[in-house]
Formats: sequence, structure tokens, C-alpha cells
Amino acid sequence: MSVVGTSVARKDGIGKATGAAKYADDLSIPGMLFGRTVRSTIPCGRVKRIRYDFDTTGFTIVDRRDIPLDGRNVVALIEDDQPFLVERDVRHVAEPIVLLAHADREKLLAADVIIEYEVEPPVFDPEASTESLKTLTIDKGHLDAGFAQADVIVEGTYRTGHQEHVYIEPNGVIAVPEDGGIAIFGSIQCPFYVVKALKSLLGPKAHVRVVQTETGGGFGGKEEYPSMIAGHATLLALKAGLPVKIVYDRTEDMIATTKRHPSIVRHRTGVKRDGTLVAMDVEVILDGGAYITLSPVVLSRGCIHAAGPYRCDNVRIRGRAMLTNTPPNGAFRGFGAPQTIFAIEAHMDRIAEALGVDPVTIRERNALVPGDTTATGQRLTADCSALPVLREAVERTDFRRKREALRGTNRGIGLSLFYHGSGFTGSGELRLASKAALELTDHGVRILVSSTEIGQGTRTMHAQIVAETLGIPYEDVDVAQPDTTLVPDSGPTVASRTCMVVGRILQRCAEDLKRRLGDLTPAEYYRAHGPFTIVREHEPPGWIQWDDETYTGDAYATYAWGCDVVEVELDADTCEVRPLHLTAVQEVGKAIHPALARGQIEGGSAQGIGYAIVEHVAMRDGVMANASLTNYTIPTTLDTPAMDIVLLENPYEDGPFGAKGLGELPMDGPAPAVINALRHLGVDLSEIPATPERVMSACGSR
Amino acid sequence: MKSALSQLSFARPRTLEEALTLLRDEPLVPIAGATDLYVGLNFGTLKAQRFLDITRLEELRGISVTGDRLVIGAGTTYTTIMHSASVRAHWPILADAASQVGGVQIQNRGTLGGNVANASPAGDTLPVLAVADAILQLRSAQSQRAVPFNSFYTGYRQTVLRPDELIVSIELPMVEGKQWFRKVGTRAAQAISKLVMAAVRTEAPRIALGSVAPTPLRLRRTEAALAGGSSIEDAIGVLQTEITPIDDLRSSEAYRRAVAGNLLRRFWAS
Ligand SMILES: Cc1cc2nc3c(=O)[nH]c(=O)nc-3n(C[C@H](O)[C@H](O)[C@H](O)COP(=O)(O)OP(=O)(O)OC[C@H]3O[C@@H](n4cnc5c(N)ncnc54)[C@H](O)[C@@H]3O)c2cc1C
Repeated sequence: MSVVGTSVARKDGIGKATGAAKYADDLSIPGMLFGRTVRSTIPCGRVKRIRYDFDTTGFTIVDRRDIPLDGRNVVALIEDDQPFLVERDVRHVAEPIVLLAHADREKLLAADVIIEYEVEPPVFDPEASTESLKTLTIDKGHLDAGFAQADVIVEGTYRTGHQEHVYIEPNGVIAVPEDGGIAIFGSIQCPFYVVKALKSLLGPKAHVRVVQTETGGGFGGKEEYPSMIAGHATLLALKAGLPVKIVYDRTEDMIATTKRHPSIVRHRTGVKRDGTLVAMDVEVILDGGAYITLSPVVLSRGCIHAAGPYRCDNVRIRGRAMLTNTPPNGAFRGFGAPQTIFAIEAHMDRIAEALGVDPVTIRERNALVPGDTTATGQRLTADCSALPVLREAVERTDFRRKREALRGTNRGIGLSLFYHGSGFTGSGELRLASKAALELTDHGVRILVSSTEIGQGTRTMHAQIVAETLGIPYEDVDVAQPDTTLVPDSGPTVASRTCMVVGRILQRCAEDLKRRLGDLTPAEYYRAHGPFTIVREHEPPGWIQWDDETYTGDAYATYAWGCDVVEVELDADTCEVRPLHLTAVQEVGKAIHPALARGQIEGGSAQGIGYAIVEHVAMRDGVMANASLTNYTIPTTLDTPAMDIVLLENPYEDGPFGAKGLGELPMDGPAPAVINALRHLGVDLSEIPATPERVMSACGSR
Repeated sequence: MKSALSQLSFARPRTLEEALTLLRDEPLVPIAGATDLYVGLNFGTLKAQRFLDITRLEELRGISVTGDRLVIGAGTTYTTIMHSASVRAHWPILADAASQVGGVQIQNRGTLGGNVANASPAGDTLPVLAVADAILQLRSAQSQRAVPFNSFYTGYRQTVLRPDELIVSIELPMVEGKQWFRKVGTRAAQAISKLVMAAVRTEAPRIALGSVAPTPLRLRRTEAALAGGSSIEDAIGVLQTEITPIDDLRSSEAYRRAVAGNLLRRFWAS
């Protein structure tokens, strides 16, 4: 029997296909009120006066004074800097100031709250900002010595914009008073993050239970923000003594919640005439928005990936995340890496051009191989696949011949080589000490983890790992709904760690359980001996050494590798860029469920194509001006190229069945491949999205 | 949904006469496919509360050829239009335009009359109707009048339609010559036009553009220049004086100007 490596039916498939699955907005609890958030309309200043210009009968109204005495007005995350409700100072548009609840949604929406401000000048340009949220430096070798060996020095500046997640289900939760505390039901990626934030809001002793309802996508957008909305619903529910539902509509979700960090990345690179990289000086600037939130770790991952999958003895990477008066930017699939990979991969093609070699040659010469060290000094082992993915992609697409053949036409072809670290950075996994559990049921086993199914297939993939390890049918494995009073803290569902890390803990649970069961099936054992639960904690490989002070060492337990080739067509009249074909060769260790793995790569590539070409957040005066699905365009199927997805497997020895993380990897490749295909067409662009307007300016309109 | 739905009501007449009587007695907002109206309700920008459902009116549906005219009922959907043999035979670019509106769901509900009455300068069928010199048949309880499409719009989202009138049908006189259509949207489907152009290559060429002015625009002086033998580059120069595009969320003035010129060149070379 082998269930790992086959595309079994999804655990959540039928419920979603039939509509039986319950999302937050599908739930209604007797007595429930609807909640609404009144937000700042200025990017910077102070609240002077709040006026309630409506009949407040029947309304529950909450402001900063309603924070419980034992609690604190901070959304606890990395630093304690972001309030649930404005105290006095406003740092961005759409900052929550007042909360309202009412049983009648129409009355709620009609209520007019007038807020007067003292306005101060905002900062929107991260380069003009004087307040940094985090800085860091990665140093390897001797930069000056490296540049001294260089025959050619190539410089470039690369820019990326905000990106909106556009999960299909907007953010939403219901808060229900329970046992003197609160229970939260909602669309959530990381239930224990919400517990932490609510314990900060209500006081450490408060009863807090968080239950993930069926979730319509996250992409990182439901990593930190649900803590905010859950806090708001909690304050209203506790004041009203009734359940309160807050579900954002699309506009509010787009205006108020997190986005991908815009970036400016500068490269100065020394190369020898034969193409060898000898010095890389990289500056990474992220626009963090108005609070620290996750910016330090996004910057960290971005910087670690900034030198690309290349060998170079002399590297300096300096990063800073800057405060601007815009809503905080946050987690988004790839977490800083898509920005810096875009820069290095666009830059590599410029280096190739400067040397007069093709894009494949420059990469072949420098791609990391086992035994090489990365910018942080991590020595790579046999699970490094930079060259294999590159070779497969080049061969499969007949890249070099095609590049010649397309010359002089309105089509261009470009590639990108990339990697993505699996799991938390450095000692992060050790600190997390994630747990997972298996319990016997009367017909098999049940998985207890706080990892969430957000469309990517968590439940299915975990059940496969457990079934395979125990040698029992896949159907005999259940997966518990994440409820923080019933499941252990498996760490957040982020960082491409849910299969590699949590799956591995489950595999260990299953190995232990198998020993215990002896010859009995789980059901037989249950009947003979009654309930039994096994809990295990993550044991990161012992060899991982990481220094947070110097940013040196083993940044990630392993990396997944990818090479994308994109062919585009440029319309000479309109400068529209049409992606015709994308080949994605991705090495993921082991595809536990090939259809889901491909699904991740197809979806991630489509999201990457959107990032590259159509997805443009128009920020006007610190607020997203195109906050609708009409004007924030993501690719439709007709905007998505035909895709050839190739899965390669080079096992990571400490992953379940060799699996690495794959969820974020596909986001890294498409944007630079598109820009490089445009460069092949003679369009010199170093900024995404490559909208027709930008392409036209780059071409110098005819 | 920002609008208070509980405050809305609508009448559902079965015949055109009944509908027009209701309209005479009270200013009701007609609803056809609701693909524009519903967006307004969702964003809370549509303040009206009393509506008139015109989807049951047989008199507003159907496509026929009468003499030298293609006659399309105002309530005809894009799906019907794009599959109609008569439309394909006589005004293929109207079928093209219909097939590029929104996506399948919108094409199944959205109507030609709705596109005209909604009066957005970005309406995709409007440049086609402009080059067709289409005629709109308008009716009220008391009267019927034929209004040339090219004098229907009086300003940004302003028309000569009176509150008691419905658009009953749209008539497109047939024309000789090669027809040409190009929509430049924000993406390949479900896209609002940044620019949309329709043209007919006849003795006296006809050219119209959408999204470059407060209303759909027939480019009379550009047409005259080309008919009079001007070079295409000179004609593009004239075009630039006729259009008044703006910077908005979807594109820029500069882009629209450049593309308008490029499309004219493409049309003329085709
Ligand atoms: C997702 C989406 C995508 C879209 N894509 C496009 C696109 O690509 N191109 C495009 O041009 N449009 C697009 N639209 C807009 C819309 O679909 C069209 O304008 C459509 O033709 C409107 O027709 P309707 O029947 O739905 O009009 P309705 O919404 O019912 O009505 C629109 C207006 O016309 C009035 N009206 C309707 N019929 C009559 C009549 N017979 N007499 C008098 N007044 C009348 C109504 O009172 C109302 O003011 C899109 C809309 C959506 C929601």
C-alpha cells in the first residue's frame, strides 16, 4: 500500500464542492450582533474629537477606553507596537478608532460617526522615511577584495509594488462570550497567534478559545490580521454580552488589511570576464507601513534570499524596513523573497548582457552546488538542486534555440532560477517547539494539529503521511478542526513548514504509535485499551547553527529549487504583455500528493504572473484607491499562460518521506522571468508590475 | 452590500404598455440585467429605492432585419447578440464587442439597452453603435421618438432620455465596407476598457472611440482628414485634437493618446 505520492481525494473536497462547508459568514448564532469598524480617514495626525451623529439606542459602542483593566491595547506579535484601537495618534488611513455593533446590519451601516483630527504631514516614500522598523546586514568575505578581482561591475535598481492577496473569502470572525472569556470562530491561518494577541488584550488569565472555520484562502493575508479583527469582535462581544460577527466586505478588506511589502533593491556586482561572480553588494529597502508587525522577519527572509541561488565569496547585503504612513504590510506567500529574487534574477540577465553571454551560461557558471556556501555561510549538501532544475528547464523548453528563433519577432523568452528556504529561519523552528498529536478513534486515528487547511491541502497531506507511516487506509485517518483548547500548538501555518515540519512531527507520532499498536489496528487497540493520544515535539536537525546577531549560519534546514521559463508576446500597438507559456521546473523533495503539489505550483505561478504584469495597488494619499475586484486586476484564466509543470524530487533527509516546503517557491519565479523575457524583446524595465503604461514609457512611445 | 436592501422595492409589469404607464406615474429606475445597477447597490452609490423590472417585456427582446436595418431589442443580452447570425452577417463588430464584455455570466444577463442607458464612456458596444449611426427608439406612455445614437449623450453620464421613457430598440443601418473593432482592457476578460475603438472602412471612413472623452466619441474631423486624403500621421494629429482622455485608476492620458494613434494606424493599414 502506498498512499504517499498518490493523488487521493481531498479530505475537504466534498464539503467544499457541495457547499456544505461552513465559512465564518455562514455561521449564525442566536442573539448575534453585527460589528463594524470605524476607521481613520487621515494618514497621520491625532484624534481630537469623536461625535456620534445618530440615535445610539440598541448600539454597542467601543473605543480605546473599553480595553479591559488586565489587558493591554497592543496586538502582541513580534513587538508590542500596534494598538487594537487608536489611543490618540493616527499613523495610517483605515486605522481602527471606534467599534460599533447592532443586531440590524442596515442600521449599523447607516450610523454616522464623525471624527475630528489634528493633521500632520505623512511620509509615504520609504527612502524619505527616517524611522526604520528593522535593519540588518549579512557579510561574507571581503567586498573590496572581491571588487578588486572584477573585470566588470554591473549596477541596477529594481522596484516592486504592493500586492494584495485577494483570497476568495475576506477576513471575518465571530466572537462568542464563553466561560468568562471569549471563543473566536473565524477565517484564520494561525489560531495560536490569535490566542496570544487576545491574551494581551484581555490579560494573561483570560479564557481564550480560537477555532478555525473553513477558510477561503490566506496566502499570508490571514497570518497576522485575524488577531486584529478577533480583538475587535471580542471587545464588542464582551461589552454587549452577546456574540458579534465582523466580516469585511472586499473594499474594507483591501483598504485595511496587509499587503506585500513594496521594495527597492540595489545591486552592485563584480564579475570576471568568464562570468564568475566575485563581489555582490546588495541594498534591500522594504516599505513596512505604519507599524512593525512582521516586517523584521519579512526583511530577514528577503535579505537571506537576496544573493540568489549563486556562489560568491564576497557578499554584503544590507537591509532596512522603513516606516511609512500606510497600513502595515505583512505576510504574503514568499515573505520578502519574491521581491529580492525579482531583483537578483533581473540583474543576472543584465550581467549576462554586459558580458555578452546568454542567461543560461551566467547561471550555470555560478549556480550553487553541493559543498558551496550561501551568503550566510550555510554549506549546502546533496539536497541542493539549482543546476538540475536549470538544466531540466533549459532542455525542456529548448531555451537557447528558442531565444535565437524568436529574435526579431514580437515574442520574447526569459528565465529565472530561484530557491526558497523551507520552514522558519535559523533557530526559529527550535524556538517554536511545535507539537502535533495523534489520538485513537473507534475506527482509526485522528490528527490533532493547529495547522490550518486554507485551500492548500493540509488535512489531506497530513492524513497521507500518517496513513502511510501507520500502514492503514487513508480513509481511517481523521483530521480535527483546529480548536486551540483541543489541539496542540503546531506553530503557524506559514513559511512552507506545514508539510516539512508539522508533517515530520506527525510522522514521528505515527512511528511511535505503530510500535505501541503492535499487531493491532488502531481501532482494535482502541477497543481493547480505550482512548490513547500521542504527542510529539519538533526536533530540528542537530546540525543547524545560526547566529541571529551576525546573520551567519544555516538559515534554513533545506531549500526547494525552481527554474521558470516564460514566453511572452508584446502587442506593438498597446504594449500589452501577454504571457503565452510558462514552464515551471520545481524540486520539492517529495510530492506527497502530486495533484496538490501541482496545484500549488500552478496557483503560485499564476499569482506570480499577476504580480509581474497586472496587479497594481494604486496608493493615493496613503490609501488603496483601486480597492475593488474591478480595478485591482488579478489574472483571469484568459490572462494565465499555458503551464508545463515539472516536479523534481531530491529528498531532504529530515522531511517526511523526503518532502521540503513548496507552497511559496512558485511565487518567486514568474516575475523575473517575465521581465527577462521583456528584456529579450528589447524592453529595459526594472520595475513590476509591467503594465502597458510602464512598458510604453520604457519603449519610448512610438 | 452597502445599500439598505430592505428599503428597496420594484414593480414587475408584463407588457410594455403597463411598464410605460407605471413610468408615467412615478419615476422608477428600470432594471434590465442589473449588471450595472447591482454594482451601484453594492457600493452604496445608487441612491434610488424604487425600481421597474423590465426583464419580462417581450417587446424589448429579439433581433430582426427590417429593410436595410438590423433591429435589436433593448433587452437583448450579449449572449444572444454574439450568437445571432444576423448580427454576424451585418454588424460582426457588434458580435465582437458583445463577446468581449465581462465574462460569460455578464454576457448572459447584460443587455445592449443597459449598456446604452448606463452611459459610461467605457461601454464596449457604444463605439460600434456610433460608427453604425444607430437609431434609438424611445417610448413613453404618450410618445415614441427616434433619436440618433450620436446625439443621445449630452455630457458625462448624461443623456436625452426622459425619466418616463424606455429604450425599446436599437437600429443599426447596414453599411458596406470592412469593419474593425479593438478593445484595450485592463486584462483579457472581466475588464473595463482603457480604450475601445470601432471603425468602418468605407468611402468616408467612420471611426469612434470609447474611454477618451466624457462620452463615446465619433471622430468626425479625423474621418474627414482621412477621407480627404491626409496622411495617416496627419490624421493621427487631428485625432489628438479631438480626444480628451484623462488619467484615472485604469490608465493614463499619455497612454490613451498613444494607443489611440496606434490603433488608428493599425485600422488604416488593415
Ligand atoms: C463583472 C462585470 C463586468 C462588466 N464588463 C463590462 C465590459 O466588459 N464592457 C462593458 O461595456 N460593460 C461591462 N459591464 C457593465 C454592464 O454589464 C453593461 O453595461 C451592461 O450592458 C448593462 O446592461 P444591464 O442589462 O445589466 O443593465 P442594468 O444594470 O439593468 O441597467 C443599467 C442602466 O440602464 C438603465 N436601463 C437598462 N435598460 C434600459 C432600457 N431599456 N431603457 C431605459 N433604461 C434602461 C437602467 O435603469 C440603469 O440605469 C460589466 C459589469 C460587471 C458587473
